[in-house]
This record gives sequence, C-alpha cells and structure tokens, in this order.
Amino acid sequence: MHDKTIAQLGAGLAAGEFSGEELVRAFLERIARHNPQLNAFITITAESALTQARAADQHRQRGAVGPLAGVPIAHKDIFCTNGVRTSCGSRILDRFIAPYDATVVEKLNAAGAVVLGKTNMDEFAMGSSNETSFYGPARNPWDLKAVPGGSSGGSAAAVAARLTPGATGTDTGGSIRQPAALCGVTGIKPTYGRVSRWGMIAYASSLDQGGPMARTAEDCALLLGAMAGFDPRDSTSVDRPVPDYVAALDRPLDGLKIGLPKEYFGEGLDGEVARVVEAAIAEYRRLGANIIEVSLPNSQLAIPAYYVIAPAECSSNLARFDGVRYGHRCENPKDLLDLYTRSRGEGFGAEVKRRILVGTFALSAGYYDAYYLKAQQIRRLISDDFRRAFERVDVIAGPTSPTVAFNLGEKVDDPITMYLSDIYTIAVNLAGLPGLSLPVGFVGQRPVGLQLIGNYFAEDRLLNVAHRYQQVTDWHRRAPAAFA
Amino acid sequence: MMEWETVIGLEIHAQLATKSKIFSGAATAYGAEPNTQACAIDLGLPGVLPVLNREAVRMAVTFGLAIGAEVARRSVFARKNYFYPDLPKGYQISQYELPVVQKGQLTIDLDDGTSKVIGITRAHLEEDAGKSLHEDFHGLSGIDLNRAGTPLLEIVSEPDLRSAREAVAYMKKLHQMVVYLGICDGNMQEGSFRCDANVSVRPKGDPKFGTRAEIKNLNSFRFVERAIEFEIERQIDLIESGGKVVQETRLYDPDKGETRSMRGKEEANDYRYFPDPDLLPLVIDEEFIATARAGLPELPDAKKQRFMSQYGLSTYDAGVLTTSRALGAYYEETVAALGGEPKLCANWVMGDLSAFLNKDNRDIAQSPVGAAQLAGLLRRIQDRTISGKIAKEVFEALWAGEGDADAIIEKRGLKQITDTSAIEKVIDDVIAANPEQLAQYRAGKDKLFGFFVGQVMKLSKGKANPQQVNDLLAQKLK
Repeated sequence: MHDKTIAQLGAGLAAGEFSGEELVRAFLERIARHNPQLNAFITITAESALTQARAADQHRQRGAVGPLAGVPIAHKDIFCTNGVRTSCGSRILDRFIAPYDATVVEKLNAAGAVVLGKTNMDEFAMGSSNETSFYGPARNPWDLKAVPGGSSGGSAAAVAARLTPGATGTDTGGSIRQPAALCGVTGIKPTYGRVSRWGMIAYASSLDQGGPMARTAEDCALLLGAMAGFDPRDSTSVDRPVPDYVAALDRPLDGLKIGLPKEYFGEGLDGEVARVVEAAIAEYRRLGANIIEVSLPNSQLAIPAYYVIAPAECSSNLARFDGVRYGHRCENPKDLLDLYTRSRGEGFGAEVKRRILVGTFALSAGYYDAYYLKAQQIRRLISDDFRRAFERVDVIAGPTSPTVAFNLGEKVDDPITMYLSDIYTIAVNLAGLPGLSLPVGFVGQRPVGLQLIGNYFAEDRLLNVAHRYQQVTDWHRRAPAAFA
Repeated sequence: MMEWETVIGLEIHAQLATKSKIFSGAATAYGAEPNTQACAIDLGLPGVLPVLNREAVRMAVTFGLAIGAEVARRSVFARKNYFYPDLPKGYQISQYELPVVQKGQLTIDLDDGTSKVIGITRAHLEEDAGKSLHEDFHGLSGIDLNRAGTPLLEIVSEPDLRSAREAVAYMKKLHQMVVYLGICDGNMQEGSFRCDANVSVRPKGDPKFGTRAEIKNLNSFRFVERAIEFEIERQIDLIESGGKVVQETRLYDPDKGETRSMRGKEEANDYRYFPDPDLLPLVIDEEFIATARAGLPELPDAKKQRFMSQYGLSTYDAGVLTTSRALGAYYEETVAALGGEPKLCANWVMGDLSAFLNKDNRDIAQSPVGAAQLAGLLRRIQDRTISGKIAKEVFEALWAGEGDADAIIEKRGLKQITDTSAIEKVIDDVIAANPEQLAQYRAGKDKLFGFFVGQVMKLSKGKANPQQVNDLLAQKLK
C-alpha cells in the first residue's frame, strides 16, 4: 500500500480496496517504524489523522468525494496547523501551538486529505541540508549518512521513504526543488502568488512560495490543484483561475522547445550529475522536444542578490519572535533588553542569527542603497533574462543542484559552499517563476534531479512535461532499499 | 538684544474613523477590555499577513482632496523596524518614501484678522501601536494590543508656523477639517487626534533653520500652546546663555508646564525602512478619486463664505456657525423651517442654544431642542405672539422637554397682548395709580417714561407688546 502513488491510493479508496482508516494506520505504522532513523517528522498527529480518516470514509459512504479524500499527507512544520505544534524547526517556537490553520492546510483539509504530522525542516526554512533544524537533521533515505537537502528536507525524506505519499513544502530559494532532487522525488514551486502564504511562517516574504512534493508529477498536480488559488487574506496572492492540472498532464511534447541555459552547465556542476542530466535531455529529444541553447547572463548574480534580499526580509519578519507574546522566553529576565537578547539568543540557531545580522546590516542607513536597492535592481535583471529566454522557448531545463546529496556535516561549517547548493534554483524565486524538480537518475546511490522552469503560471505545462517523462522512465518509481 | 524667530512644524496623527483596523478585521472601538479587540494579525502571530482596509484609503484620499493635495496614484507601504513590547511585529507598517497624500495646504485665520497659508508636506497611512500598562502589575508591565493596527493618518506640515498661537490655529483648523470630513472623531482625550511639534528658533532674518527639538504626544490645544511657548523660551535662554540646542525628543509635563528630554530612548534610531513585501504598492485609479471627490462635503471655508453671502451673516457669525458640520446643518434647518430671518436664527443658535449646550456640556447633535422646535419658537417672536423676553422663558421650557413652543405659550398663558384697548386699560390703571410720577413727567422729567413702561409690563406680566406699549404710552402721557 505504501508504495502506491496518490493517484493509485485515490483509485484504491474509490474502489473500496481499503478504507482511509486502514491506509492511515499503515502509514502511521511505517512512520513509527522508520522515523526514529530518518527524523523526517517533528510531530506525528496520529490521533487526529485517524479522526480525519474516519470522517473521510464516512463522507465517501454518503456520496461523491474528491481525489484526495482519505489520502494521507504531511505538512512542512512551517504551515500553521490549528491546535498542533508549529515549530518552524526552531527552539523559539518549540512549544508554539498555532491557533489557526494556514490556507494551504485549510484547503487540503477541505479536500479530505489526512494529516499524518509535521515534517522536519531547516530552522525558519534557512538552510539547504536540514542541519539547521532545532530537532536535528532529517536523513536521506537513500543513504543515512547523506543530507536530505533543505529546507523542506523532512518532507522530501518522508516522501522518498514512503512514510507519506505526499507532503507540502515551501521554497524561498530552492527549498522544495533541491531536497526533491537530493531525495529522488518530484516537487514543484509554483509561481509567486499562486499559493496563499496565509499561515505559512514567513522567511523572505517576496520569495516564499508553498508547493507540493510527491513521487510523481501526477500526484503533484493533484495536490497543487487543491492548494492553489486566490486568497483574500494574502495581498500578494493572484486572483486567477486554477487550471485542471491533471487534465493537462497528457499533452504530447512534440515541438516543445526546451531551453538549456549555458550558464547552468558550466563550472561548479559535478561531471556525473551533468551526464545524468544530459541523458534526461536526450530522453526529451526522443519525446519530440526541440532542445535550444539559451543564455541567462546574470545567473551568477542570483546568489549574492538573494543573500541580501532574503536576509533583509527575514531580519524584519523574525522580529516578532521577541519572547513577549508567545514562543521561547528566557528565565528571569532582568529588564526588557535582557528579555529580548536572551530570548532571541537562546531561541534562534546560528544560521538564523547569521541571516538576521546580514539582513539588519543590509537595511541599515548608509548601506541600504549599496545592498538592498542594488539587489532589487539585480532582481529585475534576472527577471529580464528569463523574459528574453521565454520568448524563444517554452520550458527551461537544467540540473536542480550542482551535486547529489552531500554527507551530513560536510558543509555545515562553510556557509558559502552550502549556499552554492542552490545556485540553479535561487534565480527562479527572484523572478517569481514556477520551477519543478523531478528524479532523472543516480550518481552511485544518490538521486539526481532535473529542474524545469516555466513561464509565469505555466505550472500546468511543467507538470505535463515532467509527467510525459515519467511515462517513459521509472526513476520516480525507484525506492531506497531500506524503505521499499 | 537679539530678536528671535520661531519656526514650528507639526506632525499630527489623526485616527481614522474606520470600523475595523487598517490591516485586519478587528474592531477599532475605544475603551474595550484589554486585548479583546486584537486578532491574530494584530497580535503578530506567526504566518499572519496584512490586508489593507480600503475605507482607510478612501479617507486618506478624501483628506488629500480637501486640502488640495496631490493624491499619489501609486504609493508604498514600508516597514519601520524597531523593538518595543507594544509593537507586536517588531515593525510598524507605515509609508515612507511614497506617501499617499503629497503637497497640500491649509489656510488659517490669524489673531489680527489676516489669514496665512500653511503648507502640508505629506499625509501618510500607518498603523498605531498598542499600549504598555505600567500600573497594577507588581513591577511588571502589561501590554494592551487593542489599539495595535488602528489606522492613523499622519499629517506633516511644512515648517511654516511662526508662533505657538499659529500652531494652535493650524491644529484647530486641521481638527475641524478631519471632523468635517467624517474621517476622524476628533476626540483628543481618547488620543484620536494628537500632535508632535518640531520647534526651533533662529535670529530673525536668518535663512537657516536652528536645531529643532521634537515635543511628543501633545493631546490638547492648550498643551500644544503651552509646550511650544515653554520650548521657545527654553531654547532662546539656552542660546543666549551660550548653550546649544540639541536635536532630541522631549516630553511635555502638563503638571509642571515644562518640556523634558526623553533621554535614553533617543539613541539615533535607524528604523531600516524598506518596502513591505506583504503588501503590493497602493495603486489609486481615477475612478476611486472621482468617487471620493463626489463624496466630499462642503468644506468649512466654502460654507462660511456661503453663509455670509446667502444669509447676510457677519464673518464672525458665519465662522461660529460653521465650526462643525452639525452646527451649520442645525442653523440651516432652523432658517429653512422658519422660512427666513437668518439673523434672528443666528442669534438664537449662537446665543441661548449654545449657552444651554455649554451649560449641559452637550454637543449640538445631543440638543434636546431640535431645529424645527427652535423655529417654532422663533415664529412666535416673528409674528409677535410673544416678545423676545418671554421667548427666553419658552426656550427654557422647550429645553426641559415641556412640549413645543405653542403648547408652552398656551399652557403658561404667555401669549402677548396686542389688543389696543386691553393695553390702554392697563396704561390707564398705571397712570391712575401714579399721579406723582405723571406730574413730574409732564413737568419735563422725560426719564420717567421708562418707569411707566416698566409698570405697564409688570402689570401685564410681560405679555403686553412692547412696541404698542411704547406708542400708546407716548400718546397718553402727553
């Protein structure tokens, strides 16, 4: 049962092969068995999952239900869940019980999906390896010595290990796509504004976007269809109809123009990863696509621009965690300053502190123009690069990450090398475009992801392009031996 | 002795009279139990997002149009970052580089009868913070976030004001304007309209500004005047004794009548403003502006001019009667109900009615005597049913709720006597009763005419028509 996709589980539930309750019990058992090794979940909501599953079963008996009714999922612990701890991977929210549901949670609940628990993540989504989590890193099911990627590492590991058929993630600079690549699953970061940010704890508001992670593009289409849509509670969400992503999956790829940015295949890209990606491109050629070289000349500016904008926004977004109203408060503060400095000093981890400091600096009087404004200008240049490329091609393809999963501890003391792990994904967030990662092979035991980048609101096209590939390959069906 | 010139600019925070907060749906009503009007957004919980209240925008645009300002077609909300316990998000959402209202002006009337145009640099939308409560917490502080997120319009003047009197005149005019527009309740005690004053002095004729001090949170016209006067004197004394004014924030202590430095809080704050990524730029289209323009009421200055030309009122009377929209409306309703006599109406509204309102500390809206009732009374003066003096008695009865004027006149038998023969009879009685005075009068003591009038009025219980009494007495005493 655990090896089935969401689409298959939905069909099984509809056919009465198993009940939602049986399904949930099966996954809860797997979580109980494997999570101690993987640390993919921070919180397991067994009791409410069973209640939700039974409710879904009852709904089904009473009449027609949607494709996600009774399907188990997990939420990245960045999404607020009413009555359930929402830690954001941080000590400062270790005991924070959210009093409301994020829109994404609300929508998936309404679709009948069953929440198994909250997944591990880099603290406040700041990290590329899941190692900044207060709860310790999640591990890569393909190799427990390896990181699962980050920041949505818990979701990626849980999906790859068949602890859940699907999960939510968020992506500020690659946080859905990079762990999806490193764990061999499929994940899509939608266009900025496609999925509501209400109840999704902000890291960098102008870049954050929630999206689904699952084993197949089809499953991502099912999940995204439920997650997406205008939300009047999020001023940056876009009022635009949500297409039927599933219906668009089978469109043939004949004549599809795929652009390969030459900047994504240069220095820094691991040779073996390059060969796997090139093989995937060859497969697309066989599927009828035309491969065209494009240029994104400002690519090398994406990381520096990101590491000004994201920290600047986070320095302000995380100011609310001050020990006054909720969250961690230090013992016996002697005055207000002591309350602030010790609560925050104890509550935040090193990477979060580093980014708050960088961002505070970048916004300071006398530096604002040189850093923040300049970074915003670069952001426009990067968007222009993509705009020009999309005049010539339908989809851009390349590696999701320059290497396969690295070992735990390998880059933890070297933030710059760690940051480079998102070199191909960050520009997509700066431009607000949709990006998808799908598994296309392995280097040794470790998966390789192909990134597909689409034009604004072309999620349907990206899912279609990924799905057609998955119809003729089986990388997405491979399971890590220990969790098969 | 050096002659000094004062330079003052005011920053006024007007709380906008919206039902809900500027970025959340929580209510804005004043005086609720602490933290009962603060939702997840106001509390700054993780994951919440602001959504701009369109009504607050409409009010800001209305204000901009009323002061002849430029309404920015695109303005930007920015975050002002600082830590304080009553600031839940650790930043205040405000407008910084691109405010919604830019470059307006307001004309104020000066004591010498002239007027002066004061520039308004900008007016921007922002959210209020909560309140720290320091009493009753045994050494700890409480935080009330009811006020957090209340919409404010911060109105910044040019440094065009030259005295405390001018500053107060400007503040009063602005107060009148926002209340007129219905965008602020103007309640200064509840903090709905408060002022920060930037004050500096310079040698007269010097084009350069002196170093300024900012006096924070002045919430009455009197405090503004006193605080500025104190501050001017303090700065002049300081400079004349060889000192230097420091740029700083000061607080006014109304008990001691002095301003004091707020030391410790003023360590060169860097607010790290940047555009709020949770809010799109505020784009205002022509239609929105046209709708706001169509909804503009007649403004105080225009109404005053109209009262002067339409009703023939003096500048003073027109000014008083247009102090508030409600008073102007009351006056106009009275005139309309009476069908004329604008001066008589003005005298009564500004005289007896205002006196009674003041005595009971009531607003015109709470007057127990409505415009139609007052007109009913004035009609009886007009048609000589009662005299002006009797009318005062009737008005008191009206105020006490004893029914309308006619019923009161009837019940109390206050109807004026206009029957000539009846008045003649009274006069005859008076003359007969006062032969001595009659003789003296006829001997040339003209002053006694008044004595006879008084006696006749007294005998008629004030009801005899005074004009007829005068005429008939003059004939009979000859």
